[in-house]
Amino acid sequence: MSHTMAAPRLTPAPAGRARSDPAAPAAGLTGLIEIRDFSFYYGDKRALTNISLRITPRTIVAFIGPSGCGKSTLLRSINRLNALIPGARHEGEILLDGTDIHGAESDIVTLRQRVGMVFQRWNPFPKSIYDNVAFGPRINGLARRGEFDELVESSLRRAALWDEVRDRLHSSALGLSGGQQQRLCIARALANDPEVLLLDEPASALDPIATQHVEELLYELKRELTIVIVTHNMQQAARVSDTTAFFYLGELVEAGPTDQIFTTPRQPRTEAYITGRFG
Amino acid sequence: MTAGVVHAQRPSARQRAVSARARGRLARRRAVSAIMLAVLATAAVVTVLPLLFILFHLAAKGASSLNLAFFTHMPQPVGEAGGGMANAIAGTLIVIGLALACGLPVGVGAGLYLAEHRGTWLANGVRFLSDVLNGLPSIVMGIFAWQFLVRPVGHFSALSGGVALGAMMIPMIARTTEEMVRTVPPSLREAALALGYAHWRTGLTIVLRTASAGIVTGVLVALARVAGETAPLLFTAFGNQFWSTSITQPIAALPLQIFNYAISPYDDWHRLAWAGALVLIALILVISLVARFATRVRFDTGSGD
Repeated sequence: MSHTMAAPRLTPAPAGRARSDPAAPAAGLTGLIEIRDFSFYYGDKRALTNISLRITPRTIVAFIGPSGCGKSTLLRSINRLNALIPGARHEGEILLDGTDIHGAESDIVTLRQRVGMVFQRWNPFPKSIYDNVAFGPRINGLARRGEFDELVESSLRRAALWDEVRDRLHSSALGLSGGQQQRLCIARALANDPEVLLLDEPASALDPIATQHVEELLYELKRELTIVIVTHNMQQAARVSDTTAFFYLGELVEAGPTDQIFTTPRQPRTEAYITGRFG
Repeated sequence: MTAGVVHAQRPSARQRAVSARARGRLARRRAVSAIMLAVLATAAVVTVLPLLFILFHLAAKGASSLNLAFFTHMPQPVGEAGGGMANAIAGTLIVIGLALACGLPVGVGAGLYLAEHRGTWLANGVRFLSDVLNGLPSIVMGIFAWQFLVRPVGHFSALSGGVALGAMMIPMIARTTEEMVRTVPPSLREAALALGYAHWRTGLTIVLRTASAGIVTGVLVALARVAGETAPLLFTAFGNQFWSTSITQPIAALPLQIFNYAISPYDDWHRLAWAGALVLIALILVISLVARFATRVRFDTGSGD
């Protein structure tokens, strides 16, 4: 794996917003998420209660917590994918780069282009590898005719998949291994040139080697994107994230630098969960 | 271990009687099972018996009149030998083509709506009424098309026949499409939505494409069913003794021609009717086989891990 990770990026990231130097300070970068007093309801059932959280651009944030704690609900609120569910409603606001994503001037299609998502179960379309990656840009107007080849290649390179699929771009995506399909889904999201990447337990169905590939990839992508990852795997959260947020019963119990959360948690419930006493 | 001790002894008269009864019951159960199996197998064979009988009968009666002239020549006046049904074959193809053009978009669109918006009052109402429509006698469809497309115009037309058959196809296609669309995994839908695809575009690009193999099969099955319909064409397409490909004029169709020839008093025409019936059933058989094949070669949608 390491040789593909180390391969220099031959093609620059797709044009659009200028990619900043990874060493630059967080201020002024795109991909800032501010969650303010956010509550979410499925009908009468309250899934999230008054969540407030600021996610710094170009960092990796891990959402952890036992099943049903609301971490996936919050993740899916950031690209408004939960809006599909009948009876779902929210209070409070989520700001992306200072604009309320539920506001009148916010367009759901543009929002989902800026906020990419990767799911727990890899879900490539039953199309070719090439068509999967080109799927988003085809309607988002990110590439003109003739630019697609370049965009597909650069997206696959950013997802560290190019070397494995360069000879079979036009064969079915479903012929790839599980780990490759998941990285293809990441490439598909990256082709949209997002500022934020949401990952809902992206490695929970992968074997350890494939999981390692995905984690190394996230570490690379952090230089360009804000990454929010939901995970059940505590070691994974500790390995990849800069910040960890612990959720319990729809509340944000504690959020802070990952080192601090895992070594000196302030809340007894956080400590109990991290040390495996429940959950 | 007392039971073991008892069994080691010679069986008593009472035990012998019990086991004899048990053997009798077993024999009776086996007999009943064999009879039931035979009854059900007979029912299964009877199901396909009409088709085998029809095929055999048509081949015996119609094959002798089937030659190249049948497909290329026009009907001859009574008394003259030879002649064919070229106009009726072309007419049938035109009419079912029109039926497809009007039934396919409406049926698929309706099916997509029923699946994507299930639970709404409109979807529930449309689903119920389309099931009613599916059971409607086909001649009623003919009356419907006659009322709206023949009477105002003043004459019969191929178009009205196509619309009548298309209206029959719509509920069949709609229900198949709905069933197929429901099998598309929600994860594919979410993937497209998360990439910024609008709901309608996700439906057209991902959902319909993924379900397409099943939908194609459903459409072909519907096409095979309406291709042989006679009643809806009686007062719409009407039939035509001459060569016509105009959709605004009356047009010949195989079922109509068969009907007209079969009720005529001439032996020549009877023979042509048999041959026509053989061609019609062959056409339907081919469509059904293509439908089978279409499901077989679907793009692999397995999870692939």
